[in-house]
Amino acid sequence: MKEVLTISAIFEIAPQLWRGVQITVSILIASALFAYAMSFIAGLCRLSNNFLLRKLTGFYVELFRGTSLIVQLFWLYYAVPMLFGINLGSNWWIGVIAIGLNYGAYLSEVVRSSILSVSQGQYEAATALNMSSFQRMRFIIFPQAVRMMLPEFGNYTIQILKGTSLVSLIGLTDILYYGDVMRSTSLSLSPLIYLTALIFYFILALPLIFLTRKAEKIAKKGAAS
Amino acid sequence: MAEPIVTYQDVHKSFGDVEVLKGIDLDIYPAEKVAVIGPSGSGKTTIIRLLMTLEQPTAGDIIVDGRNLWKMEKNGKWVHANENHLRSIRGDIGMVFQHFNLFPHMTILENCMTAPIHVKNEEKNDVKKRSIEMLERVGLGDKLDNYPSQLSGGQKQRVAMARALVMRPKIMLFDEVTSALDPELVGEVLNVIRDIAENDDMAMVLVTHEMDFALDIADKVLFLDEGVIAEQGTASEVIEHSENPRVQSFLQRFRG
Amino acid sequence: MNLNYWSWDTFFDALPVILQGLGITIGLTFASYLFALIFGFLWTFLRRIPNRFVHFIVTWTMEFIRSTPPLVQLFFIYYALPVIPYIGISLHPFACAVLGLGIHFSTYIGEIYRSGIENVDKGQWEASTALNISTWDKWRKIILPQAIPPTIPMLGNYFIIMFKEVPLASTIGVAGIMLLARSYGAENWSYLEPLTIVGIIFLVLSYPSAVLIKKLENRFNKRFHKNQIMKDKGAMQ
Ligand SMILES: Nc1ncnc2c1ncn2[C@@H]1O[C@H](COP(=O)(O)OP(=O)(O)OP(=O)(O)O)[C@@H](O)[C@H]1O
Ligand SMILES: [Mg+2]
Repeated sequence: MKEVLTISAIFEIAPQLWRGVQITVSILIASALFAYAMSFIAGLCRLSNNFLLRKLTGFYVELFRGTSLIVQLFWLYYAVPMLFGINLGSNWWIGVIAIGLNYGAYLSEVVRSSILSVSQGQYEAATALNMSSFQRMRFIIFPQAVRMMLPEFGNYTIQILKGTSLVSLIGLTDILYYGDVMRSTSLSLSPLIYLTALIFYFILALPLIFLTRKAEKIAKKGAAS
Repeated sequence: MAEPIVTYQDVHKSFGDVEVLKGIDLDIYPAEKVAVIGPSGSGKTTIIRLLMTLEQPTAGDIIVDGRNLWKMEKNGKWVHANENHLRSIRGDIGMVFQHFNLFPHMTILENCMTAPIHVKNEEKNDVKKRSIEMLERVGLGDKLDNYPSQLSGGQKQRVAMARALVMRPKIMLFDEVTSALDPELVGEVLNVIRDIAENDDMAMVLVTHEMDFALDIADKVLFLDEGVIAEQGTASEVIEHSENPRVQSFLQRFRG
Repeated sequence: MNLNYWSWDTFFDALPVILQGLGITIGLTFASYLFALIFGFLWTFLRRIPNRFVHFIVTWTMEFIRSTPPLVQLFFIYYALPVIPYIGISLHPFACAVLGLGIHFSTYIGEIYRSGIENVDKGQWEASTALNISTWDKWRKIILPQAIPPTIPMLGNYFIIMFKEVPLASTIGVAGIMLLARSYGAENWSYLEPLTIVGIIFLVLSYPSAVLIKKLENRFNKRFHKNQIMKDKGAMQ
């Protein structure tokens, strides 16, 4: 019992978990990009003048914010092949779509509120310089709003990383998946297995943590003149 | 005298149930310097915001250079102006705000260059040259690459003026441009305005509480009171000869 | 879209089965939330220990817990905790979930407390020192009563977030609505309806709570805003 808790056991565990890093990272990157794209699309749609567009995106946002990621993941996992008769080819896509749609909904609120928080004076100054509504958005409002969004985008990217661990539940071979496989064969090692898994996730999170802190500084600097 | 460049015809403006402007008739001539004075809440800011298209009049017409600002003709009928119509006229008008409203994410040079390049599609190098000249004129030639947050209030306001001037408007609007400044910074901004007033031939409308300054440079003074023009004329007509008791008591407060 | 797979019979057959887990789901939400509220204080006070080493350890421990997946933390508590020699204890899945979710979210709650405390006017601290109030009374009667109320809307948001994380506990065998839905699905070989039911339950419960908290937030903002205006007026006179 005692010898399995030695440091040397880590050298046995880490390479096993390492096999899952590729899936964790690829899901992280793909679903984060998907979530960012959704957030801008939905965030801008919710600010549009078109009533139907506003209501439809509002429905999407509330639907995904109102239910849990794990529910959405399983729902898509079971329902998409049934309802739409399409096989997405792999569970990898299910994971990316579920995580992307979920966090895209949260981030769209960040996009929306950042745009709304650019001061009225900025709109007026841009109007006084005879900019069109597109130019106002493109050159004045959007660049300022993006600076304000950055810290929340950082925070949510860390949330996305945490969320990727759910894909092991639909059979994707990520870090947690290999951890579970190891645990099922050697239960006594499980403290070290899960600790190592947590450390793996933390190492992946570290750059995101530092980027978020940097983003906070940028956001502060860009704030009103 | 030449044709007026701006004409207000019985212009009314209400916010909800409150009528803020109650029938404004006003002519502004090319190169004319107009000072708008009056008590707080009398509608001074609203008058110029209507011209800058930041507010819509509730009734009446504003004519700019012979064209109706808020109405356009479509299939023989007068309809509400659309964005294109507004933009075709708005280019003649520039405005400087009380709180500067500089773009915080751009250097001061970029603040000046953005609109001419993207709105007027002018050549970048020309715009740059002109912007630098203009910033030098307002005394900020050494700050081109600074961000607004690195400037004092007076410097910010001078950038805002340069930014508006680079667009070469025919009419410049100033809304209490010194009232957000520390007292010791007011002078440098007023000097720039005086310089513009003396050397440029655009029309200027100044809403201000700097009474002596306004009366000094203005060709025409409007005294606004509760949404109507209570008195208008040359500085000496309004100040020395006005019989309106409201004007008298207002001026007294400023003269002490 | 092929709706032939959808069966209202299954839907209404599954509904009562799944609803049986609602008590557990809501109970777990409350229990873990309470745990997080209490544990959050611990972080807040640990962080105030004026020792750079302790501060460093506490800060990074919080960061570690917060930025690693709660699912893995649950597995750690459920599978690994019992086999740790000497200290290992075996807990009921429900208790594991309370511990796991509670600790995970306590790091967020601790941050909220901290922001609340930092927003208390400096003068209040100085005044309590000047009046020679004991540390215990200073916290209990002066600082916390001012620090906590403004954070209530934010704390409320975390209640809803917690509610939506609770189905994670299905993975370690807590028989809330999620687990019941999945086992119904496995038995009857139809997951679509039971999972839809779970989604609807979450929507029905979380959306009104979110609206409620938004209202609360507006009320609070107004109240504090009003106080601010009154303060400004007082300063002018
Ligand atoms: N957007 C608005 N909504 C509602 N009321 C407004 C709005 N803008 C101005 N008002 C009201 O219209 C009136 C005139 O405002 P305006 O800003 O034109 O006054 P002013 O003469 O510029 O005053 P001041 O010297 O204080 O700047 C005021 O009573 C003001 O409260
Ligand atoms: Mg005004």
